[in-house]
Amino acid sequence: MSKLTRRDFMRLSGGGIAAGTASVTGLAAAAGHGVRQGGVTLPYPRVTLVAAREVQVGVPHGFAYPDPHSPCVLLRIGYPVPGGIGPDADLVAHSTMCTHMGCIVTYDAAARTLKCPCHFSIFDPEKGGQQVCGQATENLPRIVLEYQPADDSIAAVAVDGLLYGRQANIL
Amino acid sequence: MSTPRDRIPLPPPDAEKSLMTCHFCIVGCGYHVYKWPENREGGRAPDENALGLDFRKQLGPLAVTMTPAMHNVVTGDNGRRYNVMVLPDKACVVNQGLSSTRGGQLASVMYNGHGASANRLTHPRLFTGDDWHDTTWDQALAVYAGVTKGVLDEHGSDGVFFNCFDHGGAGGGFEDTWATGKLMFSAIRTKMVRIHNRPAYNSECHASRDMGIGELNNSYEDAQVADVIWSIGNNPYETQTNYFLAHWLPNLQGATLEKKRNWFPGETAGRGKVIFVDPRRTPSVAVAEQAAGKANVLHLDINPGTDIALFNGLLTHVVEQGWHDDRFIKDHTTGFEKARAANRMSLEQTSRITGVPVAKLRKAAEWSYKAKRSGHRPRAMHAYEKGIIWGNDNYHIQVSLVDLVLATHNVGRRGTGVVRMGGHQEGYARPPYPGPRPAPYIDQELMKGKGKMLTVWACNAFQTTCNAERYREAVVRRANRVREAMAQARGSGTETLVDAVLDAVNRKGGLFIASVDLYPTKFALAGHLMLPGAHPGERNLTSMNGERRLRLSEKFMEPPGSAKADALIAADMANALKELYQKAGDEEMARRFAGFEWQTEEDAFNDGFRQPEGIDSQGGGTGGMVTYARLRAMGNNGVQLPVKAFRDGRLIGTEMHYTDGKFDTSDGRAHFKESPWQGLLKPVAKQKEKYRFWINNGRSNHIWQTAYHDRYMAFRRGRYPMAYVEINPEDAAGLGVESGDIVDIHNDYGSVVAMAYLEPDIKRSQVFMLFAYPFGVAGDVTTEAVDENVVPYYKGTWADIRRVGRMDDYKATVSFRSRRYT
Repeated sequence: MSKLTRRDFMRLSGGGIAAGTASVTGLAAAAGHGVRQGGVTLPYPRVTLVAAREVQVGVPHGFAYPDPHSPCVLLRIGYPVPGGIGPDADLVAHSTMCTHMGCIVTYDAAARTLKCPCHFSIFDPEKGGQQVCGQATENLPRIVLEYQPADDSIAAVAVDGLLYGRQANIL
Repeated sequence: MSTPRDRIPLPPPDAEKSLMTCHFCIVGCGYHVYKWPENREGGRAPDENALGLDFRKQLGPLAVTMTPAMHNVVTGDNGRRYNVMVLPDKACVVNQGLSSTRGGQLASVMYNGHGASANRLTHPRLFTGDDWHDTTWDQALAVYAGVTKGVLDEHGSDGVFFNCFDHGGAGGGFEDTWATGKLMFSAIRTKMVRIHNRPAYNSECHASRDMGIGELNNSYEDAQVADVIWSIGNNPYETQTNYFLAHWLPNLQGATLEKKRNWFPGETAGRGKVIFVDPRRTPSVAVAEQAAGKANVLHLDINPGTDIALFNGLLTHVVEQGWHDDRFIKDHTTGFEKARAANRMSLEQTSRITGVPVAKLRKAAEWSYKAKRSGHRPRAMHAYEKGIIWGNDNYHIQVSLVDLVLATHNVGRRGTGVVRMGGHQEGYARPPYPGPRPAPYIDQELMKGKGKMLTVWACNAFQTTCNAERYREAVVRRANRVREAMAQARGSGTETLVDAVLDAVNRKGGLFIASVDLYPTKFALAGHLMLPGAHPGERNLTSMNGERRLRLSEKFMEPPGSAKADALIAADMANALKELYQKAGDEEMARRFAGFEWQTEEDAFNDGFRQPEGIDSQGGGTGGMVTYARLRAMGNNGVQLPVKAFRDGRLIGTEMHYTDGKFDTSDGRAHFKESPWQGLLKPVAKQKEKYRFWINNGRSNHIWQTAYHDRYMAFRRGRYPMAYVEINPEDAAGLGVESGDIVDIHNDYGSVVAMAYLEPDIKRSQVFMLFAYPFGVAGDVTTEAVDENVVPYYKGTWADIRRVGRMDDYKATVSFRSRRYT
């Protein structure tokens, strides 16, 4: 895998990396919506997910973010990828609601892609959720992660891309 | 596209709502455009937004498709800004609320003055010696009409060449096809015209028509009730997406059994099966296997160009088995015995030529033509597209296919049909083409130095023709002579400029090029004048889809700058020429350019489609029954042409042709024709001997036509920064090539670069390249080979491949995972 430049990462993430500065923590605190005063990002919660060492290559780790109604998946790729975090820069997370019509995409460990059973869209978590083939007009929303080396923890802090079936990512 | 990316404004309940038929493929999915002032938003409660959906909670799967690409903010002619949202129509029988990756961006492609749309042509542009500059319509038309008159006066009609669209959808509609046709064929009276995607003025379905069968003869609903669907040289998941998803898929999944039992009482009904004929395992084959189960999918992966042998072998076998329809053949056709004898080929021989095992051939025939348990003849629909249209001898492949279809009576019965799938929508209404058949091979005429001026209208042969590299070279060389002359005449006034152009084309072998388009295209490399057209949403437009369903797409905003509907540009040209001839006192010529006094595109519709006497129109003889108002009332379901009646405020259309066994021939019978297998077309056979790789090429779901919009869309350009070429991993290893590498594909016709995309489903010594892309033009290595009607064998060339080098950027940002869903 070649070295990833910041430009590559920006392009794959659609140019906007939401800052993980929301002061609230936990799903319950995500209730309510609207832009913070003085900010342009939605008030995304910070949610601690799991220790990095517990996530294995090829074994998807499901979670919900930014609220219990939004299923997501955390994946360890096994080598550095754009936007990857953790000690090996290989941890990424995505919404599992297909951006086309909201069916749940599942991780195919052999194909290394996220696949939608309804209209057969395929997304590549190793390339920022890029649509490989299919009917969506958007790549799969990326869950912005942060890694804390001190306790090896991973936290979800924002969503890059509109979640299916919502007017805004925060209900 | 809206920003930020994690929110989207909702249309309020009182948002303006208008009709839009997607202009990106033949299927023509129905959409609604919502438009409302920028400073207003609908609320999340169902009664607070025009969609009636409850956005206070997470919507469930399949409730909606509403993505940032479906929203835009545009400026009205009053200077006020409006939100627009373009969403699929759940009540449209075509797409039933589905949206493809192409149609899903209908809002994104509307002009907003920045981003992708900033590349639009907003005013006429004139080449002024070394660069392009905006100019006025007055000057642009004075140059265009002046040069046209000069060429007509000196060389007659055949000095005036056109590369011109002839279709519906984005770059056309019945309005524009009529207007350009009237200009070319009635006013200028030139026969030196090629169609948008091929180098002559011809049909892609001459054979089927000669045999009495128009190529769009059934309804999408027929695919729901067929026992077997043949998909021949066709990749419907990617290229006719929502026809496949909304109509084929339910049949393959067994969801239409009740409909089958209702429509065909007493007849054995099962879930549909599908047979693909394609050398390549396409994404459609993979998807069909997922949906129908592998046991219900057959993939006849024939050797390239051997379709004729396949259908001849099947015809021979079917008749040997007695599965043909004697009664139908006797009562409704001619020529069966002669065709049968000429096309005779054993299954073993067929297998040797096509490379398909005999057992698979037998199975395909049994599925499709052997009587069902109930004793009824199976309903086999035969759908075909560019794999054979742009295959090895278009005419004779279609003959062999239609022979098989006729012998088994798979036309004119519900659940059958022998139909092209189509690329773009249709919208043909023109005076008769004044040239012969076969028509002149226009590209070659230009390369030989013929023609003095070329108008390129909403198409782009630099990217799409065969033998494209040599074509571009020749055209650019000739155009540069005119550019040099224009540089010399700079600053000396329009009349002198016209004289300079005429001198260059008359005495120096020059070629004057004007293009009419939404954007500057590759012809900006060579051209001299560009005129800005408009697309659906910026003007009213009618077109019909692959089941002849006519709809009106309504104007909801003005075109950018001084751009205008193409029909009105054609009228401007004609009116300018009329005036020039009047001034010159040539009333006879002035009369030829009369009849273009149109104020709106609807005037052009009324002048052409609604007055079908003496013209060629897909509306047939009853076009007069259709008005914009009546179509508007029919909504996104429109009416299937030809119209049969107007009753109780509704237009009544035609679902299927030939149900009465009467065909479109002088004797009303369908005509079998002879079509023995004759190998590959000669120029192609020569390439095959010389080079290692078969360079197959075609479409990807992400990219529409020449990527005229898509090239500017980050979502699409990011996916394909360069045309990709799918290559077998073992072949790639032998060439030292990895995914993301740039390769050079070359032969003695030309060379083209592509981005390598390793794909195990591609056979050894065959590759598949994205067609018509601006960044890597596949046509640069195709031969000049055409069939007897000058329809090219775009799919057939052989070439060698070498590695150019590694592109770290592509490797880092482009996915090379398999595009096949398994």
